[in-house]
Amino acid sequence: MNLTQYPTLVAALEDRAAAAPEMRLITFLNEDGRIEHLTYRELLDQARSYAAAFGRLGAGPGDLVILVMNHALELLPAFWGALLAGVVPSIFPYQTEKLDADIYRQRVRRLVEGSGARFVVTFAAFQLALVELFAGMPITIVRADELAQLADQSAAAASPALDRDQTAFIQYSSGTTGLQKGVVLSHRAALNNIQAIARAVELRSNDVVVCWLPLHHDMGLITGMMLPILAGIPAVLLSPFQWVRDPSLLLKAVHRYHGTLCWMPNFAFNHCARSIRERDLEGLDLSHWRTLIDGGEPVRLDSLRLFAERFAPLGFREQALGAGYGMAEITGAVCITPMGRMPRVDWVSLRTLQEAQRAEPAPPEQPGATPIVSSGRLVQGVEAQIVGAGDTSLPERHIGEILVRSNAMLSGYHNRPDLTADAMRLGWHRTGDLGYLSQGDLFVTGRLKDLIISGGRNIYPEDIEALASTLDGVRPGRAVAFGLPDATLGTEAVVMVCELREEGKAEAQIAVERELRRRVTRHLDVALAEVRFVERGWVVKTPSGKVARAANREKYLRLPGRLTPSGED
Amino acid sequence: MKADEIKPRLREFLLKDLLRNPTYPLTDDEPLITGGLVDSFDLAQIAVFAEREFKIYLPDSDLTVEAMDTLDRMAEQIAHRAGP
Repeated sequence: MNLTQYPTLVAALEDRAAAAPEMRLITFLNEDGRIEHLTYRELLDQARSYAAAFGRLGAGPGDLVILVMNHALELLPAFWGALLAGVVPSIFPYQTEKLDADIYRQRVRRLVEGSGARFVVTFAAFQLALVELFAGMPITIVRADELAQLADQSAAAASPALDRDQTAFIQYSSGTTGLQKGVVLSHRAALNNIQAIARAVELRSNDVVVCWLPLHHDMGLITGMMLPILAGIPAVLLSPFQWVRDPSLLLKAVHRYHGTLCWMPNFAFNHCARSIRERDLEGLDLSHWRTLIDGGEPVRLDSLRLFAERFAPLGFREQALGAGYGMAEITGAVCITPMGRMPRVDWVSLRTLQEAQRAEPAPPEQPGATPIVSSGRLVQGVEAQIVGAGDTSLPERHIGEILVRSNAMLSGYHNRPDLTADAMRLGWHRTGDLGYLSQGDLFVTGRLKDLIISGGRNIYPEDIEALASTLDGVRPGRAVAFGLPDATLGTEAVVMVCELREEGKAEAQIAVERELRRRVTRHLDVALAEVRFVERGWVVKTPSGKVARAANREKYLRLPGRLTPSGED
Repeated sequence: MKADEIKPRLREFLLKDLLRNPTYPLTDDEPLITGGLVDSFDLAQIAVFAEREFKIYLPDSDLTVEAMDTLDRMAEQIAHRAGP
């Protein structure tokens, strides 16, 4: 297979569909228990109908369409229909149960307005709300099922001539709520990186991808939908919400559909190992599972071990464990663990790591030695370098910012030349992540900015702090949020420390805590691990008057009676 | 098994294992998930706990925010599955 021979994603799909029209490509597990399937022929036929319908609506090449849909099979033909018509699709994050409905709608509105999109495809239950939201604005809201009917009455649309450098789709990477960044990806970029991923995982004709990640997530979109469709291997797609409630569904799907490939963030390894009941594992065979890649948030050795130990009795092999590192800005993957072996683990001195920004090897049994899990080797077409102050290139084992360059780079951030300029340096993308290189392996150790990654999602502390500052009981500018690695959860726990306007009253404190937690959940879908009230003057500020998050985090770790364990506890 | 028998043990589990704050003054009707006290993936932990403590299997369709948002509702749900 060589995807780079195709000029566009559409050409690759058409070629695949012609070669194996009746192959059962997608198995879609709905939350209500219905199982739907799509063959290549069905996917292509339906996508063509959608393409024709987009044409009838007046959406043409280059127009942006936002897909505001949940876990629904129609999302796939709608996405590919847009590609066929040269329309640029972007999948909006699914609505969760916790997020306030009004806040979700406002977020849709902000993205649609900010992106200049004129078309929104949605599902029946959401249509009316969106029509009201965009009343009086030149934005067409259409239901996915109506779009399909519209298409039935129209002649097949002529496919526009596309070339490989045209925009294929836009991936909105999470930014702060006020600043969502639309990563613009061309056909060339997507084909190059998906080809590189297929090569890195040594894709075989009998592979089956099983994916519970949402398709608005870059790892879900690329590994759960694009890779299987373009590479001609079946995919089994689960609802992320249902998986969270019952993580055994993933293992059951791997067993039933003979799954071989899966990607998920680190917290999911802990969730599977901790939250699956024995009776749900009866009779499962996982021995054919050849690769399970941990990516999307920092990889923890104890999470990998926990998973391997729990599921070894079902035939899960630890050699199937892998790690990866990537980002939407280079379509998907920067690096992946070579197949057939566990990720390399580098034991280093924690002190040298923190004080000298160097990864000095230390024997595992030595006090103060900490394991860093390799994110693997660079995939084809990707280069990485580590830079220090003044963008000087650093030698091996020195920690600095990871810059990447690739034949799968973003064309830019949609409508944001300022952000594009900030994130690039002479053709290199600044990842904002810290790490080091050693003997061909990339190790990710932290981040330049105070971003929190929890449950595979990026959370911006400033968003949480801004919500705190809207509360009457909290002293303005005296609330700070940060993440702490939590070994039980396998991800970062989010802690908020704040000063109160009036100290002392326990009842008043609880009232403030309740309101703060409620707002943070409704607005950001984040459950704070701890809300800690401190005395006046406790919160550390920078000379310019901003909250110093790292300093506050260190200070918090020295507090007696804190609830949240620190990293390696 | 009745909801009243379930509640004290469930409360202890919630405070100690999920909130990690044994002194939090949790009320029986306080929204846990929409109130931001626990995460939605903690619902799967409730299912593990219900099986371990009460030998009751909660299917994933029971584990919704709607059905499990308060201590009262969780206890009722477990009692309902336990039968008379």
